[in-house]
Amino acid sequence: MDRRTITNFVLILVLTAVAVYGVVPQQHPTWVTNLLFWQPESARDLDFQLGLDLQGGLQVLLVADLPEGHTVDAQAMGAARRIVENRVDALGLTEPVVQIQGTERIVVEIPGIEDPAQAVDTIRETALLEFVTPPPRVSMDTIFAIQSMEMPISTTYGMTAAEIQSLSEMPDVLLFETVMTGADLRNAFPTRDPNTAQPVIAIEFQPQAATFFANYTASHIGQSLCIVLDKQILSCPRIESTIPTGEAVIQGNFTFDSANQLAVQLQYGALPIPLRIESYKAIGPSLGAISVEKSVRAGIVGLTVVFLFMLIYYRLNGLAADLALALYVLLNMLLYKLVPITLTLPGIAGFLLSVGMAVDANILVFERMKEELRRGRPLMRAVEVGFSRAWTSVRDSNLATLLSCLILYIFGNAFAAGLVKGFAITLALGSLVNLFTAIFTTRTLIRLIYGSAGDWIQKHAWLLGL
Amino acid sequence: MINFVQKRRLFFSIAAIMLGLSLMALLASAILFDGQALRISIDFRGGTLFVLQFDEVVDESAIRDVFTANDHTGPIVQRLGAMDDNTWQVRTRFAETEEVQKILDDLDEQVGQVNRTLSNWSTVEPAVGAEVAQHAALAVLAASVAVLCFIWFSFRKIPNPFRYGVVTIVAMSINVVISVGFYALMGILQGWEADVLFLTAVLTVIGFSVEDLIVVFDRIRENIPRHRGEPFELVVNRSVLETLHRSLATQLNAMFVMVAIILFGGATIKPFISVMLVGMLSETFTSLCVAVPLLVVWEERSQTRSFARAAA
Repeated sequence: MDRRTITNFVLILVLTAVAVYGVVPQQHPTWVTNLLFWQPESARDLDFQLGLDLQGGLQVLLVADLPEGHTVDAQAMGAARRIVENRVDALGLTEPVVQIQGTERIVVEIPGIEDPAQAVDTIRETALLEFVTPPPRVSMDTIFAIQSMEMPISTTYGMTAAEIQSLSEMPDVLLFETVMTGADLRNAFPTRDPNTAQPVIAIEFQPQAATFFANYTASHIGQSLCIVLDKQILSCPRIESTIPTGEAVIQGNFTFDSANQLAVQLQYGALPIPLRIESYKAIGPSLGAISVEKSVRAGIVGLTVVFLFMLIYYRLNGLAADLALALYVLLNMLLYKLVPITLTLPGIAGFLLSVGMAVDANILVFERMKEELRRGRPLMRAVEVGFSRAWTSVRDSNLATLLSCLILYIFGNAFAAGLVKGFAITLALGSLVNLFTAIFTTRTLIRLIYGSAGDWIQKHAWLLGL
Repeated sequence: MINFVQKRRLFFSIAAIMLGLSLMALLASAILFDGQALRISIDFRGGTLFVLQFDEVVDESAIRDVFTANDHTGPIVQRLGAMDDNTWQVRTRFAETEEVQKILDDLDEQVGQVNRTLSNWSTVEPAVGAEVAQHAALAVLAASVAVLCFIWFSFRKIPNPFRYGVVTIVAMSINVVISVGFYALMGILQGWEADVLFLTAVLTVIGFSVEDLIVVFDRIRENIPRHRGEPFELVVNRSVLETLHRSLATQLNAMFVMVAIILFGGATIKPFISVMLVGMLSETFTSLCVAVPLLVVWEERSQTRSFARAAA
């Protein structure tokens, strides 16, 4: 037995220990989870990420609903996505996902939601941009605090005079008076203050609103006017002078990027891309839990049979393959947690299937080994020939799997079929891990066993399944 | 010693019969379901699918009435699972969220309480469905071309690599037709609908078809220079026999897992895994008994032709 085999064996042991530590459900200390620097800070944990079909929830596909001949502009889609995201976040549920799909679609996934109908309504509301006057008795500090905490505010928009009356009499309600809305805005764009070179946002009102704005600013000099999007304060500039032309500048502590972002929100918050619900799925939360339970049971049964088959059919080699297969299962699970990969029902099926197929590489090698032994080659020689001859077949068939997974992935990606992608990803990942475990691990284990007890094994041919 | 190549007439007949049965299933389905050779799910043609679990025993016609009253005429209502599961599947046209809400509320009132945490529903606009179907066709085409190129490339160093690619495509097509035919049959018997997952299964079957053949072809590639002078038929048959154990052992393992998922896994992926299992069974057969003999027939034909040319 050479040094390299022993080094490899130690490496495998260490890897197994790491995988067991990562996979076994437990509270991992923060310094461990902090090693996952590629994951967003808030979501760093070593837990499985379950897809909507496994934890229940709502998936909505929104599509830009523009009249014939209009093209969707990427910036406007970005703004629409942010608006939708703000609304979904406002529902206060864990880990909602809002993503742009292709050029004109937005996918919203809200796991574990109880009332899908309410969520759909929230998403579909049109964005509301308001210019509001803060209540007179409130200090600017309070307003800044509300803004920085992103608390929703109450405005008089859409209220009747009686409602305004009764609300403004309540002592603990801060009621902001809506002066104008996004319907009055014509344009908003980022620019720089000519004197200070500070990034600012230039806005232009519609002609009619410009007159109103001129009168309003004339009578409110020195006061603040808050700009509010979907009941959240974006900024509260002070009115420095009368603005007669309907053109104004919002100053603030902006970088050029944040000014641009706010300008986009102002422009499209006022007139967002109309979004239409193209498809949606609602899955009851308990349904997902049942699916997980059934998949786990199916997995245990299926894998037990595979393990037993290998052991009975290939004896000692089978034992090595089973150990490698156990490592294969652990490593895959670890990768699902590390990457992280969102597990779906077809994803789990893909994983289980990949276990069934992972033994193929070992079977190829073992059959080759048996052939060589029957031809009368010595044991260690047969082992090495088995591995080296089977390699091209193993490589080619794994390449073929990766190729079909790639096609599946591209196909699934084209229209938000997360289920297809889930299957393709787990199957492809399995194929890659398999090259490591089936060849490297099994070979090391077999060299180790045969190297230390080769003569004895050769005398007991039944151990080799011959 | 079994000679796979010699028994090819028998094997080709079996393949032809299987193909015929599959086509019959597709035809029967087309006749039964207005021209749909496969029952197409809402993924591809739009519409709404409800899977509703009620808290109590409910009446099928009551469910139907609620849908009809809500302007969803002619819903397809089916019981899922056992009697006491109280689970019903309803298919109908595309519905706005408000409509869905109204229907669920009406069901609560007029039929029986719908258990929201154990139910699911999804709705797709017809236009998206058409787009998905287009992508699907493209994916199948891309997969086939990729397979052809892959085989051609890996076997570029042995004589006639193109033949290996074509033979693989033939075997693959037979597997796809048999899988689709099986699904059509299950569509008639069990109401299975071809959805995105079905397509995934078909694409996976295409992948399987290649993998198994690659191993046999690999062995032929290795055996050709080793046994120079031996007739091609013998070399091929030797290669098949040498890889037979491996083929069967591998397929068995994959099948163990699939059968476990079908027996113990969730109902939603049962059709998905079943069609894959059928594809795999078919693939085991076509690789050994159709693709390989076909390769030999092609080789012999071209040899006879070149002999004929030399004689003339």
